[in-house]
Amino acid sequence: MNELNIKYHNNFLMEVEENVEEGKWVKMCMQCGVCSGSCPFGPHWAHPPQELFMMVRAGKRADVLNSDSMWMCTSCYNCVVRCPRKLPITQIMHGLAAYANHLGMAPKTQPTRDFSLLFWKNCTRTGRVNELRLTLGLYFNDGFMAGIRKGWAMRGIGLGLMKAGRLNAFELFKGHVCKDRKGVHAMLKKAAEIEQRRKHPAS
Amino acid sequence: MTTPIATSQTILVVGGGISGMTAALEAAECGKQVILLEKSPTLGGRTALLYRYFPKLCHPVCGLEINLRRLKGNRNVRVLTLSEVSRITGERGNYTVEVTVSPRYVNENCTACGECAKAVAAEVPNPYNYGLDKMKVAYLPHDMAYPLRYVLDPSAVGTEDAGKAKAACKYDAINPDMKHEEMELTVGAIIWATGWQPYDAAKIQPYGYGRYPNVITSLEFERMSDPHGPTGGKILRPSDGKEAKNIAFIQCAGSRDENHLRHCSRICCMASLKQTQYVREACGEEGKSTVYYIDIRAIDRFEDFYQKVRKDPSVRFVKSKVARIAQESRSGDLILHGVDTEGYHRYANNHDLVVLAVGMAPPVKGVDIPAEILADSSGFLEPGSSIFGAGCASGPLDVNRSVQHATAAALRAIQVINKAAGEEASV
Ligand SMILES: Cc1cc2nc3c(=O)[nH]c(=O)nc-3n(C[C@H](O)[C@H](O)[C@H](O)COP(=O)(O)OP(=O)(O)OC[C@H]3O[C@@H](n4cnc5c(N)ncnc54)[C@H](O)[C@@H]3O)c2cc1C
Ligand code: SF4
Ligand code: SF4
Ligand code: SF4
Ligand code: SF4
Repeated sequence: MNELNIKYHNNFLMEVEENVEEGKWVKMCMQCGVCSGSCPFGPHWAHPPQELFMMVRAGKRADVLNSDSMWMCTSCYNCVVRCPRKLPITQIMHGLAAYANHLGMAPKTQPTRDFSLLFWKNCTRTGRVNELRLTLGLYFNDGFMAGIRKGWAMRGIGLGLMKAGRLNAFELFKGHVCKDRKGVHAMLKKAAEIEQRRKHPAS
Repeated sequence: MTTPIATSQTILVVGGGISGMTAALEAAECGKQVILLEKSPTLGGRTALLYRYFPKLCHPVCGLEINLRRLKGNRNVRVLTLSEVSRITGERGNYTVEVTVSPRYVNENCTACGECAKAVAAEVPNPYNYGLDKMKVAYLPHDMAYPLRYVLDPSAVGTEDAGKAKAACKYDAINPDMKHEEMELTVGAIIWATGWQPYDAAKIQPYGYGRYPNVITSLEFERMSDPHGPTGGKILRPSDGKEAKNIAFIQCAGSRDENHLRHCSRICCMASLKQTQYVREACGEEGKSTVYYIDIRAIDRFEDFYQKVRKDPSVRFVKSKVARIAQESRSGDLILHGVDTEGYHRYANNHDLVVLAVGMAPPVKGVDIPAEILADSSGFLEPGSSIFGAGCASGPLDVNRSVQHATAAALRAIQVINKAAGEEASV
């Protein structure tokens, strides 16, 4: 590979097409700018969708995969309804995030990513979401003292929920489990296998 | 009305815009019998409603005048206005065409003196100014109307106004008792020149056409710029009648968009470039035009025109498809939101008038064309149809290309007629 090829890794678009959900659409973007102009995040993220798609095509592999931009997408679908080329932009954003995560290239301290991982662990363990553990897990994410402080600050709301029967403190210890926990795990395992096979048909 | 004599040697041209007129005249000047059928009360089509033509910025009047003179001097063309095809049967070389003729309520005696218009009271939105103003129910479509004859709007029939118009006419030209007529024509070849329709701008929700008074279409802007138009050539904001000085042009409004029209309408870049020069003409150095575009498509020899406008300091170009428009309710000004793709800069720009460069849609998508025809994915006539498309009925074209295309259609129709004649002769 010559220097230019290293700088502008021009196989990256193909890599995205093969590995990223809806990645085959990236080449259809005509760089009109409507998605970027429509995104409620506006100036608050480094690369709006249109720019990310251009970076993919320009082969800026590390810049794209290390970016936290696609983690910022709130799935509001503003961009999707307006895109004149009907790109499934939201899906591509999440697809890029998932792929970066899979490669271990996603930014390490990204709140959306942290929450996603926490949520995934929480709900796949028992087959249902334990809201109390999820919330507390989030509170303690930034360290023990920060968690205590956050919990103390939110105590009023917690007590209110408890009184209304919306929150059960015992969930912290035992917690509900779904009926067929084994079945859920088997299903997830199968799904992972299918995904693997789709990506690498030969192996 | 007498049914024109038509045989399998006759060519029928449907649509009396610049394309239909050209096709009819080219065939007629080759000695063929032609019937030119137009839905509205006048020939001329949409070109008659433009202020100036790109690229030379001449007035459409002269082009139309030449064609009308050719028409008047040719005995081979019969013009039917207010007429529509309802059914076509048969095949190439021998068609039977059913036509419905709507009443004009004004006969051949009319001298276009205009007394009837003065006499009537009621008004209706003026379609020749895209509804920007109103016209009397007895009216002449526009100065270039052909035939040069007034029309009584159907809404006036049965009202006092019909009586008033009749009483005012010294030539006994008004007849409110006229009825719809059906006629059947036998023709050998058909040319379809039904032109185009502006894409319905209200469907482009984020731009607010129909909700924000100061968002208008490029066609309305043509009328506004015309000294004979509804504002006497002044660029006035519909909301408060103030002169607009800071005007935005939004390209691809409805075109190149899978949610609207998939095709590039091909003429709207040039139309907006032309219209920036109207702004300059109307407001001088004070007028500012900003063109928001994906890319400028000034095809072949129009590149020079584009380069000229590029150099004009009163015109600014922003490479961006505008994401949405908001209205400042007190001033009626518009704020355009988007991202300048040259550098990914966000903007929120104020303008006092927004012109949407609306796309060209096929006349009436598919349905109105009764015989079996081929249409492309946008609904325009494909070559290879048994009926020959001419001008914008076959795709978005400017006037020059429409005329070339119509001439080609006339040649094809002549070949069909000649072949039919040859076959008849050999029987
Ligand atoms: C904003 C704008 C600015 C433009 N400026 C320019 C310019 O500066 N220079 C240039 O070259 N071009 C310009 N154009 C393009 C130009 O308008 C077209 O090229 C031209 O109108 C094509 O003529 P036509 O005869 O094919 O269609 P039309 O003008 O649409 O004529 C079609 C005719 O057919 C009739 N008709 C429709 N359906 C039926 C039916 N079913 N039965 C009978 N009759 C029917 C209609 O009433 C009409 O009279 C502009 C277009 C736009 C939108
Ligand atoms: S709106 Fe669609 S076509 Fe336009 S820049 Fe965004 S992704 Fe590309
Ligand atoms: S779906 Fe995501 S990328 Fe699209 S506009 Fe909403 S936040 Fe922005
Ligand atoms: S209809 Fe009669 S009054 Fe009206 S313009 Fe014609 S001639 Fe004049
Ligand atoms: S001609 Fe220009 S404005 Fe019109 S659809 Fe094509 S690119 Fe868009």
